Amino acid sequence: MNSPNPSPRVGLFVTCLVDLYRPNVGFAAVKLLEDAGCRVEVPRAQTCCGQPAYNSGDNEHARQLALQVLEAFEDFDYVVGPSGSCLGMIRCHYPDLFADDAGLKPRFDALCGKTHELMSFLVDVMQVETVDASFSGRVTYHDSCSSLREHAVKAQPRQLLASVDGLELSELEGTDVCCGFGGTFCVKYPDISGRMAADKVAAVEASGADTLLAGDLGCLLNLAGKLRREGKSQRVYHVAEVLAGMTDIKSIGEGER
Amino acid sequence: MQPNSQHFKANATAALHQPNLQAALKQLELGFVAGRARCYEGLPEFEALRERAESVLNHTLENLDAYLLEYEARVVEAGGQVHWASTPQEAREIVLRICRDADARSVIRGKSMIGEEIGINDALEGAGFEVTESDLGEYILQLGKEPPSHIVAPAIHKTKDEISDLFFDHHQALGFSERLTDRSALVAEARQVLRTRFLDADVGMTGANFLIAETGSNVIVTNEGNGDLSCTLPRVQIVTAAIDKVVPTLEDASMLLRLLARSATGQEITAYTTFSTGPRREPDADGPREYHVVLIDNQRSEMLGSELRPMLRCIRCGACMNHCPVYGRVGGHSYGWVYPGPMGSVLTPVMVGLDEAGHLPNACTLNGRCETVCPVRIPLPDLLRGLRARQHQQRLNSASARWALGAWAWVARRPRLYQFLTGMAMPIMARLGRKSGRFSRMPLAGGWTRVRDLPAPQGSTFQAQWQKRGRNGS
Ligand code: SF4
Repeated sequence: MNSPNPSPRVGLFVTCLVDLYRPNVGFAAVKLLEDAGCRVEVPRAQTCCGQPAYNSGDNEHARQLALQVLEAFEDFDYVVGPSGSCLGMIRCHYPDLFADDAGLKPRFDALCGKTHELMSFLVDVMQVETVDASFSGRVTYHDSCSSLREHAVKAQPRQLLASVDGLELSELEGTDVCCGFGGTFCVKYPDISGRMAADKVAAVEASGADTLLAGDLGCLLNLAGKLRREGKSQRVYHVAEVLAGMTDIKSIGEGER
Repeated sequence: MQPNSQHFKANATAALHQPNLQAALKQLELGFVAGRARCYEGLPEFEALRERAESVLNHTLENLDAYLLEYEARVVEAGGQVHWASTPQEAREIVLRICRDADARSVIRGKSMIGEEIGINDALEGAGFEVTESDLGEYILQLGKEPPSHIVAPAIHKTKDEISDLFFDHHQALGFSERLTDRSALVAEARQVLRTRFLDADVGMTGANFLIAETGSNVIVTNEGNGDLSCTLPRVQIVTAAIDKVVPTLEDASMLLRLLARSATGQEITAYTTFSTGPRREPDADGPREYHVVLIDNQRSEMLGSELRPMLRCIRCGACMNHCPVYGRVGGHSYGWVYPGPMGSVLTPVMVGLDEAGHLPNACTLNGRCETVCPVRIPLPDLLRGLRARQHQQRLNSASARWALGAWAWVARRPRLYQFLTGMAMPIMARLGRKSGRFSRMPLAGGWTRVRDLPAPQGSTFQAQWQKRGRNGS
């Protein structure tokens, strides 16, 4: 995939979790995109991609939110955001929601064609090879299911992480297995979700890493919450925060030092 | 089997605390998952095969009526009989009638999931027939009076110790007085017991992995050879099969067999692959005198006409459950009916009802690992989502969940209001959680904090900070 335009106009889809929980990830995404030459804008008329409704079988509300996203973003060259899950909703599922709507389907198909998860966009579209950042520590990386399976994101974050000064990557055993978040799954079936998170936490421990990274805030909140509950000390960051060199704030779920 | 899917949640919680089960499930990942991966490493045409399998099966489903009729005609030409059953009840009645008409006393069974689906063992035993399961796993479960917990390895949840006890309890009356603990000794004992049952059986019953329209044959695969014996030794053979088992040609079946063995057990081919066509003919030295096929619908034609049609491509390899992180922790029995794991979470609601099995489509993180391994590319997460949509349409989900979704969507569709509200709330929450960085309890988030802390938010929302910085926005 070659980018015809060295400074495309990118609409940042912040995602509601980043907006509410971890704005730093949003700013990190902006920095990475701008460093790659993009002109970044953040449409104000965005809230949520509608995934909670869609995954609960409430397609009507999901469609309404999809329309809101379409209207806010369809004029950009690209739609990019720091989440495989939310961007996967736009890219893989919006077109399905409008499969029977001859008027809207082509517009959603077009939107789908220019929507990318952040890591994939930086490496596959903007052809970024290295970042200018440093991080001292041994990190491990959890492949979020949607980044992995809806965007084929696997090598991209690892490639970029390899260029971070002082960072050592230690692979996570079973990195492609779900962490147990799963949206409403984690509150509907807490016992199963908790066991999945516990197993992931055990794998993090076994990796010997002092920091856990991933590309989706849902997984990160789940795993940071589990690490804290079990009294573990590993730090948790979104991979964009590390790549942008913006880890000078407390890690996710970390208390005052 | 009486469904018990409405208790999925309690079943699952109990399963999480059974150390034997947890240990057995770990073996699944090490055995089947690793085996499958090794197998496909040596098969560069895997993706091409999957694509072919998908299109052959789609084509078959598109023309299912024609292929079923062709199959029936070939079976009849070969001297067999075909019976059509639209419900499990009809299927049971047909099987019982065949057994009675043949003056049968004992029935030997090869492992088949459709047999479980229609509850054939209980029906046969209830009618006074002596039934023996000949697959080792199924035999163990028959002794323990348990349903299977996996579609390929039905007794995967059983430890060797439990099997030793079961054999000791049940085989003493047959003259086996020692409690065996060695794996191969246990197998040898089962083989001795089963051998006489094979020879005594009047009726042999098997399922079918495939039915071949062009030849009227049925195919079964086993690793123990028990299926082979079940369909050659007894004088009457009954094949029970769902209507979605038919494929057009021998060539198609062979292609699917390549995917089936690799996906199921990580073998290139199973130890026994048996094709049977009709009863014994001159000058056959053995084989059944009567050959019956019972073709069972049980909701499949309804699925054929719905968005669940891709599910009918399923070749019952079990890869989806082997790779499912939920199945891998709660085991098959938690699902409360015949089919567990991802494929079961689609089939069970259709076959026993969405009200009974309402948990199953929801007890999934939609992580998609099942879809990536399914050899016939069934979009399992989409199908589960489709069932959730049916639940929502039929108002089978809770009123509070519906209300919460509606309220949240109402606010989410008003970005200014949304940003005003969240802009107020998040800094407060951040301040409350600043010291410890997390909450160990939170009103309305009991499901979350039951098993993990809730990290505190960073502070002002991104949108609030972005506006303050005077950055662009539209
Ligand atoms: S759904 Fe796919 S993976 Fe699961 S049993 Fe059927 S064919 Fe195998």
